[in-house]
Amino acid sequence: MDKISFNLSLFSYLMASLAYFVYLAYRRPLVSTIAGWTVAFGLLCQTVTIGVRSSQTGHGPYTTSFEVALFLAWLMVVVYFLTEWKYKIKDLGAFVIPLVFIVLLFSAFLSKDAALVPESDEVRFWLTMHRTLSIMGYAAFSIAFAAGIMYLIQEHQVKTKKLGIMYFRMPSLEVLDDLNFKVIMIGFPLFTLGFMTGSISNTQMDLPFFSWDLTRTLPLVLAWLIYSLVFFGRMMVGLRGKKAAQGAIFGFVTVIGTYFLHIL
Amino acid sequence: MISTEPNLVLVGVNHKATPVEIREKLAFNQVKLEASLEQLVSCPEIAENIILSTCNRVEIYARVDDTDQGIKLLKDFICDYHGISRGSLDQYFYSYTDNQAVEHLFRVSASLDSMILGEAQILGQVKDAYSTARALSSTGLVLNQLFEKAFNVAKKVREETGISERGVSISSAAVELAKKIFEDLENHSVMLVGTGEMAELAAKHLISYGVKTVYVASRTYERAVSLAQTLNGCALGFDAFKEELYRADIVITSTAAPNFIISKEMIEQAIHKRKNKPIFLIDIAVPRDIAPEVNDLENVYLYDIDDLQNVVNANMEERQKEAESAMEIIQQEVTKFNNWFSTLDAVPTIVEMRNRAEVMRINEVDKTLKTLTHLSDIDQKAIHQLTQSLVNKILHKPTINLKKKTQSMDGHVYLKAIRHLFHLDD
Repeated sequence: MDKISFNLSLFSYLMASLAYFVYLAYRRPLVSTIAGWTVAFGLLCQTVTIGVRSSQTGHGPYTTSFEVALFLAWLMVVVYFLTEWKYKIKDLGAFVIPLVFIVLLFSAFLSKDAALVPESDEVRFWLTMHRTLSIMGYAAFSIAFAAGIMYLIQEHQVKTKKLGIMYFRMPSLEVLDDLNFKVIMIGFPLFTLGFMTGSISNTQMDLPFFSWDLTRTLPLVLAWLIYSLVFFGRMMVGLRGKKAAQGAIFGFVTVIGTYFLHIL
Repeated sequence: MISTEPNLVLVGVNHKATPVEIREKLAFNQVKLEASLEQLVSCPEIAENIILSTCNRVEIYARVDDTDQGIKLLKDFICDYHGISRGSLDQYFYSYTDNQAVEHLFRVSASLDSMILGEAQILGQVKDAYSTARALSSTGLVLNQLFEKAFNVAKKVREETGISERGVSISSAAVELAKKIFEDLENHSVMLVGTGEMAELAAKHLISYGVKTVYVASRTYERAVSLAQTLNGCALGFDAFKEELYRADIVITSTAAPNFIISKEMIEQAIHKRKNKPIFLIDIAVPRDIAPEVNDLENVYLYDIDDLQNVVNANMEERQKEAESAMEIIQQEVTKFNNWFSTLDAVPTIVEMRNRAEVMRINEVDKTLKTLTHLSDIDQKAIHQLTQSLVNKILHKPTINLKKKTQSMDGHVYLKAIRHLFHLDD
């Protein structure tokens, strides 16, 4: 059951990605509607996957690398729908949904075995908090990443005065910059809290507050620094536009990199 | 009598082949238009008509009994009405019938036949022409349906192609850029440095898109004041503008200064004061007013007159490309309309239905007469007459009603039913 629904959601996101590309190039309103419903269907299937798996393992989808990827992809779609509903940027789908597809496709190659759950209630609580908050933060960052890429494309066109098809299709720089900032404003505190609760769960497991495992923690600290630069830079010195977009892109790449290092 | 065969014709002249000296003589102004529509609709040969008269075209769309006669009549009408001899005008007229006329109207409404491809005005003009004609009851089922369809097609073309979205004048290209940088222009301000005519035009365009705050600076303070008054803005002394530059989101320069009056350092300071909020600089002065290196600064976008002209040229080319996909939409819609249109013609169906009945009648009568060999020729003839009039009587009402019904919106349903009930398509 969960296997079928997993494959269905994977297939839906692939189809929706293609549809969004077609929409970007040819702009047929029907195509974007179809893409939207296909994503919704994918989300439904994925919800079934998560539900079935959670009932089998007896806990939420955040203990193994597979579950984390599954949950991240799911949340990315949810955040995408919220953004789409608020901002009405239909072309965002062409940048977010392929990313969702990649995350989910990647998860298909990971071990589906359930992980051991710590016995202590307290440790379990902090670990759950850590993982849920972090994944929520990452989902917000994925939208900032997509908005950042769109910003750079649009900015490049206006700056170099070569106004291609994308210039007309994509929203204004102001909207993209605003979206970038808003999602980081939501994602950054979640990410920070996730970071802190992670450290607390470390101490619960009798590890040092910062487990200075270089390969695992350093990139995460780097990502946190990038996002804090974008976040506080915006509020204090008006850091915006291209630099903010680049920050959102680098930050997300670092986050994804950290995740890979965790798996290796 | 209203014909059951709907023949659509169109006669007209447009900007492509007809010089303005001729077009202006053939134009129908509002007063003339109403009288003309009434005069035309009183002609027995013309069932419906609409006159479209703009500065680029004069066209009459009509539903007539006879195509050739209708075209000739409309040409004569245009010439007679304006008191011009037909011979001198014949070379300018074009005329189309049925699908070609449908396609032409769709192209005109979607602005594919306009002087500036994709301009929005023509659709409004076609709508006006239609409502004037409709108000005078000079239209009927066919033209109503045709024009309503044309408006839908124009909307579809506008929505699904980029034919109208690219500005093809300097000021509209500038507004488009401003909207791609700032999205909503309402909370943004514009500063004019210099009071050139082009700058004023661009500023008016921006104001029409919602810009509320306007600053005007000029070497001659009085000119700044008077332009500020027309634009409902505030005047600045020429030296003051440098200090106030940071207030403006959009700056339009058009001074006659021989050198650059805005340097990279000035913009650097302004952007710093603005906490990196973007500035859009439009330099329409020749020689230029703004140092080109300004464009290297982050969050600063500088366009000079050549840049804008390049944008306009590229946009024109893009519209041309979009016109091709618009033509695809139009072809599809013409086919759809023709499917509806062809069902309006009840005559072939009636003829087929009667033929079918006649063949049956003859077959049955012949069969019967073979067994009744004792009948004289006169009796046989009487039987033929009897059955003929029986068939006629039975089919009379359906024929009349079918003709009537095909004049209504659901006419095609009746035609389809008849064809089905009588097995006409087997």
